[in-house]
Amino acid sequence: MILEKDVVVVGAGPAGLAAAIEAAKAGAAVLLVDLNLKAGGQLFKQIHKFFGSRAHYSGTRGYDIGKKLVKEATESQVEIWLQSTAVGVFPGNKVSIERILQNGGKKLYTVHGKTIILATGASENVVRFKGWTRPGVMGAGAAQTMVNVDHVKPGQKIVMLGSGNVGLIVSYQLMQAGCDVVALVEAAPKIGGYAVHAAKIRRAGVPIFTKHTIVEALGDAEGKVSGAVIAEVDEKFQPIPGTEQTIPCDTITLAAGLKPVVELTRLMNCASAFEPVLGGFIPMHNQDMETSVQGIFVAGDATGVEEASVALEEGRIAGVAAAQALGLLSQEDAESQKQFYWNRVNSLRSGPFGEKRLAAKQDVLQCYQEQIHTPQPEVMIGGLASGAD
Amino acid sequence: MALIDTGYLTYRELMEKQKLPTEERFLQGPVAVVECVQEIPCNPCEAACPFGAIHVGEPITNLPVLSAEKCKGCGACVAKCPGMAIFVIDKSYSQTKGSVSFPYEYYPLPEVGSTVTVVNRQGEAVGNGKVLRVQNPVSFDHTPVVTVEVDLKLINEVRSMERRHS
Amino acid sequence: MSLRVKNHIVLDVKDERKTVTITVDGKPVQAKEGEPILSSLLAAGIKINRYTRRFHEPRGLFCAIGQCTDCVMVVNGKPNVRTCVTPVQEGMVVETQDGLEQKGGHK
Repeated sequence: MILEKDVVVVGAGPAGLAAAIEAAKAGAAVLLVDLNLKAGGQLFKQIHKFFGSRAHYSGTRGYDIGKKLVKEATESQVEIWLQSTAVGVFPGNKVSIERILQNGGKKLYTVHGKTIILATGASENVVRFKGWTRPGVMGAGAAQTMVNVDHVKPGQKIVMLGSGNVGLIVSYQLMQAGCDVVALVEAAPKIGGYAVHAAKIRRAGVPIFTKHTIVEALGDAEGKVSGAVIAEVDEKFQPIPGTEQTIPCDTITLAAGLKPVVELTRLMNCASAFEPVLGGFIPMHNQDMETSVQGIFVAGDATGVEEASVALEEGRIAGVAAAQALGLLSQEDAESQKQFYWNRVNSLRSGPFGEKRLAAKQDVLQCYQEQIHTPQPEVMIGGLASGAD
Repeated sequence: MALIDTGYLTYRELMEKQKLPTEERFLQGPVAVVECVQEIPCNPCEAACPFGAIHVGEPITNLPVLSAEKCKGCGACVAKCPGMAIFVIDKSYSQTKGSVSFPYEYYPLPEVGSTVTVVNRQGEAVGNGKVLRVQNPVSFDHTPVVTVEVDLKLINEVRSMERRHS
Repeated sequence: MSLRVKNHIVLDVKDERKTVTITVDGKPVQAKEGEPILSSLLAAGIKINRYTRRFHEPRGLFCAIGQCTDCVMVVNGKPNVRTCVTPVQEGMVVETQDGLEQKGGHK
């Protein structure tokens, strides 16, 4: 049996929740699916107060934003399926969903969505060095999940690799949980993230090694991490022999950036663009967050890695646009709502930290305008979807 | 800018990037010192001030500007700043001592009246300080503000205390 | 030494979930009902979940969100269970996985 929905949203992080809420508020029957045990995506592990404008929850801790969104979604009659993985999308806007049932069994559902919003988020990049597969080497996001969601420390002495906002914030949060961050290692000559985040961990005594990298994870008798060998790097980021030093630790966390999760948009043959600033290949989209394929919308990190506050606003735009496509909102209402959220997105992309992302996104919008112009009905896999990578 | 090389500001850098209260104002009583020097999209400090002493305006990437004459040194902004980059300094405390208020989000909190090791912006221990106050009302949303008494000569350097283990 | 976070200035870490007992490689381990199996193991100091097939190398927590499969174990006799996204239930029998399906990597 095929279930019928106006909107199927894949991913219940900030973008997916916001999209589901907007579409449901306009009167759409919305199904929101997520593979995790809980809705909210990364918001529940973000225990710091958000930056941004007061209008978009700044000064509020991530988990409180998560709680508000989940409540709003429930009140707006969004149907939420958890432990439910979208394993495929097929021509005719059908989504295959593998759902874990109460009794631990699995059931495969096929849901037809008149529109589909893909808010699948991003995954962490890995960095390879000798010993990188040892137990104790993990993603910074994984360590953040352990301390902030499960309240278990991944280890006691941590070496963090990467000084972007994730590396800085997770270092701080590991200390808040009672771990010691014994070194933060960054290959670039400068700290990547916000200086205020760096300042917090410097005040707590964390040494920051810029122009350094990890060359090896040492192991104990069982093979678990027992130390990190770090070394200075040259201008080409190659380790300089003779500069190695060993830092005893039981955990190495990797914060080397994120990349958009795009398997589902690829399955739909959505045209994509390569934007390194946004994390790599991303589905192209227009001002409605609609991809090259009619009725398939995207939002959040899946369409370029930015901050949760941006994902939220993009989600709202996608939700409004999907409702408009379904005829649930007048053009006038929809346009004014979208413009309101676009203004917020643009203000979040202002300033020296946002301008590169703003330029990359404008590039995506412009390429879409030139190469695709209007969304086309989907083409079978192997077909001639113009602009597809 | 040394800040993004090292992760900490020097006082000299701070003076170049932010308009600090005048020495005259410092001697009149507690006042906020805003150590926010990067144009990031953020403005909760503006609304946090009950006296309208902090201005960000539009675009929200503007650096906050403190009107020291309007600031009463109440510290409402210290807990609200997501970057934990605002401090309250009181140089009028006594002939030899002043006080520094800073956000401190670690467990355990220090006891009022106890002596703690105070640290500078690089996390280096620079001396001892007596804990005068620990404020942690619901409105601070789990960002306690600790006020320590320190030697006046350390007042521009002390910005936190040594983190302790539970 | 337990790696559970006992106190936190921001988070409420009081855990009122029921304490249950699971069996890990034949030994009893205390766990919180409903938490991911991986968390219970980590809290008990167990950091190796499986061994690789060809080189018999240890693997453990890596992504914690069900993507990487480094934490798969044999749960109630079933191999390849992602312990980071599988909630704990009373009496679960968990075994270190060796290769693709066999249990008993720990010697």
